[in-house]
Amino acid sequence: MTDSDLAQPVDYIAETRKTYDALGYPPYKWVRSTGEPPWSPVQVELKDASISLLASGGIYQRGQRAFHFKDDASYRVIDTSVSCDELRVTHFAYDVTDARADPNVVFPLETLRALVSDGVVGAITPQAFTFMGGIYSARKVREELAPALVERVADQRPDIALLVPV
Amino acid sequence: MTSALSITRSVAPPRAAFLDFPLGHTTGKKNQPEAQKNLLLSALGAFDELQKPGDIKFLGERWSDDESWRINPMAKKERGSETSNADFRTPRLDTPQYQNAADQEEAERQHRNGGCGTCVGAE
Repeated sequence: MTDSDLAQPVDYIAETRKTYDALGYPPYKWVRSTGEPPWSPVQVELKDASISLLASGGIYQRGQRAFHFKDDASYRVIDTSVSCDELRVTHFAYDVTDARADPNVVFPLETLRALVSDGVVGAITPQAFTFMGGIYSARKVREELAPALVERVADQRPDIALLVPV
Repeated sequence: MTSALSITRSVAPPRAAFLDFPLGHTTGKKNQPEAQKNLLLSALGAFDELQKPGDIKFLGERWSDDESWRINPMAKKERGSETSNADFRTPRLDTPQYQNAADQEEAERQHRNGGCGTCVGAE
């Protein structure tokens, strides 16, 4: 690997293929969207905008059931007034050490609250939503989890949906 | 926000902000609230700045001067070691994987009389 290679963003698709090949697994089938992405202009300034937070890093709240690691298509509803001390992180596909020490590295709830407090962001919706990535079935995500989350987020009536995948 | 550029390009969301940090740090480094705030604010600026579907804003922040984290990026260094490259992924277990045993006890206590309504699909 050369210095210029090192300056490039990591190609996680290639890295995952390499890992799967080494393990003798069939190639991982990545979702590849076709066509132009949908576009909704933001109608309000950030200082007046309400933001809904969604994150795929396996975050749950103390007292909730933790996620499992085998195609878990469930989700958790997080009250956005929760203390970050009550947040937990579990995931099979990334190093959760820092996220457990400070959930804001994958679920920037306290960060958003600080921006609201500064008057830079209008508001956070009362509920945020968390789930697991790494669900093998793209169909399950497309037909079950994603529509359910879209409905829940729409109920919060945000101006902006902020997605934080890992 | 994303720290996996190739995956984000493949999924093609309407807008994205890319932070070139190791996986597990999509929105910043731990315990750096001011830096996290600045990164998030810069990412949210994409809603105003990006005008074409599929555009990605590069946040420009570097993880460190040492770029070696990009070598074997899906590996975890064991505590106290700089050399371990073991794959950090864990087996795909189909039972809840709690951060600690006390969480499990608390969750079981709270679900003893039925669902809580916030663990959707896992009650």
